[in-house]
Amino acid sequence: MLEMRGVSKSFAGVRALRDVNFTVNAGEIHALVGENGAGKSTLMKVLSGVYPAGSYEGTIVFDDEERRFRDINNSEALGIIIIHQELALIPLMSIAENIFLSHPPSRLGVIDRETVYRRTGELLAQVGLRESPDTLITDLGVGKQQLVEIAKALSKKVRLLILDEPTASLNEADSAALLDRLVTFREQGIASILISHKLNEVAKVADRITVLRDGRTVDTIDCRTEKVEEDRIIRSMVDRDLAHRFPERQAKIGDPVLVVEDWSVHHPLHPERQVIKNVDFQVRAGEVVGIAGLMGAGRTEFAMSLFGRAWGYNIAGRTKLDGREVHLSSVPAAIDAGLAYVTEDRKQFGLILADDIRKNITLASLDQVASHGVIDDIGELKAASDYRNRMRIRSQDVYQEAGQLSGGNQQKVVLSKWLMTGPKVLILDEPTRGIDVGAKYEIYTIINELAEAGKGVVVISSEMAELLGICDRICVMNDGAFVGEFAGKDATQEKIMRAIMRNERIARSVGQARRVGELQS
Amino acid sequence: MTDKSVSLPEERKGGSFIKNNLRNYGMLLSLLAIMLFFQVVTDGTLLQPLNLTNLVLQNSYIVIMALGMLLVIVTGHIDLSVGSVAGFIGAVAAVLMVRYHIDFPLAVVACLIVGAAIGAAQGYWVAFFGIPSFIVTLAGMLVFKGLALAVLQGQSVGPFPPTFQKLSSGFIAEVFPDIGTLHPTSLLIGTTLALALVYTSAKGRAREQSHGIEVEPYALFLAKSVALAGVVLYFTYLIASYRGFPNVLVIMAALIALYGFVTRRTVIGRQIYAVGGNAKAAKLSGIKTERLTFFTFVNMGVLAALAGLVFAARLNTATPKAGTGFELDVIAACFIGGASAYGGVGRVGGAVVGAMIMGVMNNGMSIMGVGIDYQQVIKGLVLLGAVCFDVYNQRR
Repeated sequence: MLEMRGVSKSFAGVRALRDVNFTVNAGEIHALVGENGAGKSTLMKVLSGVYPAGSYEGTIVFDDEERRFRDINNSEALGIIIIHQELALIPLMSIAENIFLSHPPSRLGVIDRETVYRRTGELLAQVGLRESPDTLITDLGVGKQQLVEIAKALSKKVRLLILDEPTASLNEADSAALLDRLVTFREQGIASILISHKLNEVAKVADRITVLRDGRTVDTIDCRTEKVEEDRIIRSMVDRDLAHRFPERQAKIGDPVLVVEDWSVHHPLHPERQVIKNVDFQVRAGEVVGIAGLMGAGRTEFAMSLFGRAWGYNIAGRTKLDGREVHLSSVPAAIDAGLAYVTEDRKQFGLILADDIRKNITLASLDQVASHGVIDDIGELKAASDYRNRMRIRSQDVYQEAGQLSGGNQQKVVLSKWLMTGPKVLILDEPTRGIDVGAKYEIYTIINELAEAGKGVVVISSEMAELLGICDRICVMNDGAFVGEFAGKDATQEKIMRAIMRNERIARSVGQARRVGELQS
Repeated sequence: MTDKSVSLPEERKGGSFIKNNLRNYGMLLSLLAIMLFFQVVTDGTLLQPLNLTNLVLQNSYIVIMALGMLLVIVTGHIDLSVGSVAGFIGAVAAVLMVRYHIDFPLAVVACLIVGAAIGAAQGYWVAFFGIPSFIVTLAGMLVFKGLALAVLQGQSVGPFPPTFQKLSSGFIAEVFPDIGTLHPTSLLIGTTLALALVYTSAKGRAREQSHGIEVEPYALFLAKSVALAGVVLYFTYLIASYRGFPNVLVIMAALIALYGFVTRRTVIGRQIYAVGGNAKAAKLSGIKTERLTFFTFVNMGVLAALAGLVFAARLNTATPKAGTGFELDVIAACFIGGASAYGGVGRVGGAVVGAMIMGVMNNGMSIMGVGIDYQQVIKGLVLLGAVCFDVYNQRR
């Protein structure tokens, strides 16, 4: 159906794509994998006409005809629809309004509301989303929003659906539902290109897998004839043997550093709703504790409420650091007490993207590089450079803008910022989200080093493989309470899922089932 | 922690330094170009000592308010009320000094405190209740315009006591005998300032160099220092050949130096920029974002009050119309000076240069006899052009 031949593209002298060949057959799911910066998004932008014909070399053949797309409308007219990682939905409009945003069925310019409503209903049924067409986007969770995007694509008579990291912010259940949709579409003859970092899901649904590295196609695997091995994919992605995806560590676990007792948090907008239900929790020195759970289980809410009550209302409970009771009543108080929280959304909550690396690193500990409120610029520069070297942040220098860095390097900047505050306990919320395999390994190494230095590390992650790989202990959270706890070596994905599901059933039978969609307010 | 760690790849040095700092040099160069243009078309009137002194006096209150507005804009807010507040404070000052005969220092202090209270009253809603600053200060604009009218009971009040007038129309005391038409005290201060500027920047450069930090190329540094010293000395010479430094210039220079230092080198300055850059990230980094936003509004209130005093002293009466439209010039100065409407970006030097560009254009066009109608049109286009240039630069 689609054939891209010898595609090359440069930006200001930097070759982003070199002679890439890429084909998609009718009715197949073709996965495109590669490290960040390998050229996946660039290739898809060439295909969809974001980069118009003439700005790249090579040819695009679609339906046996050479195509020269001038813009995204040209490719959409042929049924090539791209869904970007950052969803392009308007939050305060309804599902129906969003789906028919660009071409609403209308008579003489007046929108035909009945048709819009009916067709939206049909489309939602096709993607398996049970919501009223009048529901506002802002009231939906990310997983459902993703489905709305797909329904929108369907409304445009899609023939080739391109999904850029569709499951990056979804939990396992939502991801599985989404991938099921792709399989259904395949049966209906709709082909998909799936860009993803999650190799397990790629292996599950893809018919073929193409690996890009440094702007070149390095490997194409036909999953129907060959056995897919994650290690092989990873090897071709990073060109180095990652026999062990997780670095080794000898755990030396000491006394509890952080002890939380009877912790209870209410929702700031719905004060009657108890989001965290009187939980107990502890981390010991040198220990890496994982918190597993579905999205909306309350993990981020728990972490943020601990971190100086940055989230929540009517927070009650006791916290002890190094055996002494502390009152973490504000973020500065929590930082002073030795707590650090690395947020799950580094762009929105972690970094000042327009500021340089140096300013981002020292932001939470300016007092260390200042006297009487005046910053010692050279001391600051040295401190920042020191962290840049220690954390192996790849950049021109510490004056580079944080917004220009890759996801992995951005995360290292955030980690540097928190290490500089000299924490005793670090809470890392989704520390490897949207980060490529090579950089993930480096983040894991840093986590190990922190534990070895005697710090308590809490890792919240939706990737169970990651928790199993790096944690000494895994606590399972569901519906605002801990419902299971496993030693790292005993835990398996099945055990964790079973703990969640058992609790879900109990909760549902009591009639409390609620999907908590909203995270930070 | 070695020096090597902070040194840079070779190819970034030299020419790229100019490119990276294009915006800052560009601002100064456009100011110089504009001045040169008007100097030529007005047959040298622009830089005549009397006119130059007037230029300073006319724009001092805009520059003073631009310093506060810059901080407000950097935190991602706006203050539309500054013109009305300045007018209101002028009215309060007139009533205190003219009607109630309160001593000038006491009245000034009272006015600055009232300014701070006004800033606090507005900042409170913005910072702690999250009400958009555009709305709060639009309300403030109406409220204080009305209050100025009420305080003055619809009339102009004046004249002020002579000591207060000195704030705007006075010049620094002369301690030496005059040399011809020149004022030696001003010359001495100007020369000392020029030397001090060159000395501190040379010392800073040497210090950075000794730590292996990238510094601008020597030739460029030398050229810049000579140009800077030259401009300061020439300016001093011109001013000194009229009546010396005006008092208000001294106040203005001290404030510019203070705010420049606070924004660039202090913890609080850095935190203000962080709040504007990403308030959520700043808050989660332990910065008291609400308190800082509140503080920038209090600060704005004080500076608006000071500007109101300067303006009233200059006119020597308080009128209900005083301050009308000032906010527009002040905000324009900040944006022409490179501040970002999204917050987090902007420099004190830029805002000052922006205010001077507006001031020189006002003055130059008036001398040329361009009507007030087309003056506005041209100023509007310059504002749009400067911001377009910025956006274009960032896309590059």
